[in-house]
Amino acid sequence: MSQSSITTAPAASGIAAGAAMPGRVWPQERAQGILLAIAFPVALVVLWHLLVVMSGTRLVPTPYRVGVMMYDFAFGGVYDDAFSGTIVIHLLASMQRVYGGFALAIIIGIPLGLLIGKVRIIRQMLDPTLSLLRPIPVTAWLPLSMIFFGLGPRSAVFLVFLGAFYPILLNTIFGVRSVDLRLFEAASMLGCDGSRMFRQVVLPAATPSIFNGLRLAHGFAWILIVVGEMTGVPTGLGSVIMDGRTLSRTDLVITGMIVIGVAGFITDRIIVSINNRVLRWSPQHHG
Amino acid sequence: MDNDTARPRRQFLTVRDVTKTFQIGADSVEALRRVNLTMDKGEFVCLIGASGCGKSTLLRIIAGFEQPSSGQVSVYEHPVTGPGSDRGMVFQDYALFPWMTVRENISFGPRQKGLPKERIRAITDEYLNMVGLANFSDRFPQQLSGGMKQRVAIARVLANECEVLLMDEPFGALDALTREKLQQELLEIWTRTRVTVIFVTHSVEEAVVLSDRVVVMTAGPGRIEADIPIELARPREVSAIDFNQVRRDITLRLTSHVASRSVALAA
Repeated sequence: MSQSSITTAPAASGIAAGAAMPGRVWPQERAQGILLAIAFPVALVVLWHLLVVMSGTRLVPTPYRVGVMMYDFAFGGVYDDAFSGTIVIHLLASMQRVYGGFALAIIIGIPLGLLIGKVRIIRQMLDPTLSLLRPIPVTAWLPLSMIFFGLGPRSAVFLVFLGAFYPILLNTIFGVRSVDLRLFEAASMLGCDGSRMFRQVVLPAATPSIFNGLRLAHGFAWILIVVGEMTGVPTGLGSVIMDGRTLSRTDLVITGMIVIGVAGFITDRIIVSINNRVLRWSPQHHG
Repeated sequence: MDNDTARPRRQFLTVRDVTKTFQIGADSVEALRRVNLTMDKGEFVCLIGASGCGKSTLLRIIAGFEQPSSGQVSVYEHPVTGPGSDRGMVFQDYALFPWMTVRENISFGPRQKGLPKERIRAITDEYLNMVGLANFSDRFPQQLSGGMKQRVAIARVLANECEVLLMDEPFGALDALTREKLQQELLEIWTRTRVTVIFVTHSVEEAVVLSDRVVVMTAGPGRIEADIPIELARPREVSAIDFNQVRRDITLRLTSHVASRSVALAA
């Protein structure tokens, strides 16, 4: 890990400062970036349209049909069926479960990771068990979670939690383990010890790695919501996709997929911007 | 240094019979054998020697980062048992907290003591000015040059009111110009604060420029070969004849030992 405290190459003396920070991005460079980012998915949509039209398949809808479905899902007035104008209900339901499970994984994963990373006896006690449980696919927990938590949203939250927990835990442990030992020595000679060491040295030093874990975990959380909402909940984007599948309404399935993609993308951007703010001391960790 | 020999002087820092053995796999390596050293308050001592002579190990034992296998280090007759704020280490690779600004790094020690805010601010400003980084107080270490980072590291331990500055090849990673500049700055700081300095280096010139005493160490096992007072007047001029004389003497002591050792190994 590129902890900045290990600097072997001497920087030039005097005012070499600022050079380490990334330069300002020029407006036209930025515009080019945005253009490229948009051009590629637009090309994909065009390709999708052409493939559907040329193959004459009735199983996959054209982008236009999905667009209409999306409009109906958001505002209603086209099909006026059970799904019309219900996007807010489903999105909110899914968001609650995703963020609930994600938050739970953060609350348990980060402190546990700090302890396992720093305290040897806790590592010796917990690490083997956690390593044993880790390879078990989250989907394999589905039947048990339905027994534990019933057929409802709590089961989905549990599955999301399980999926988000390990990336956060492992990255936190890794972050703590890879802190330059000199920093602990420096802190202890300056009179820092015990729990203050955790707050003032261990946690901030592990932050870049923790944020890596958060981004990964957040991705898993959205992946698992579909699985989580297979457990028979009536609302949520996962259940919409499952209903679409049962009803052979591929436009509905794709609509659900797109909404999940967009919601996940927005949250990821939020995490990245928090990351950049918290890690402003380390530009190479910026997302 | 006082010449008052009438009353017994209370030694400030003593290293008594310190031996350190490292266990590397099945082998045990003797890094230090029965090292003895005493220092007065305010003295500037350089430890010099080839790689592997245990000079850094000795420094780390004095800092309390390592425990001696036998023997003892004490400051004012209080045995050293671990790191403490009376002894501040300046590492070659700086070991600044990268997530803290220059100001936050320097105020780290005072903040641990829970001093009042204004007091912390005053102390931090004092040392920021002393090392000439007042204009860089809000920078992060990554935005500083090597020389600036080392100034922050020095200010950080001074702000913590350390009595002994332990410096482990602090200027080893810097270019020659910055190195000379920092040597002069360190001497100024030493003159102003009268802090005791133990400075590890493998540059004879650096040792002679800086110190009151040069302690020459030799390897296999690490021990003190010679303890040479440097009586040149300050400020010292590296091109002066007497400077060169002293430098040559010390270099000879270092190399003659290495030469005799390699002859012994070859035999």
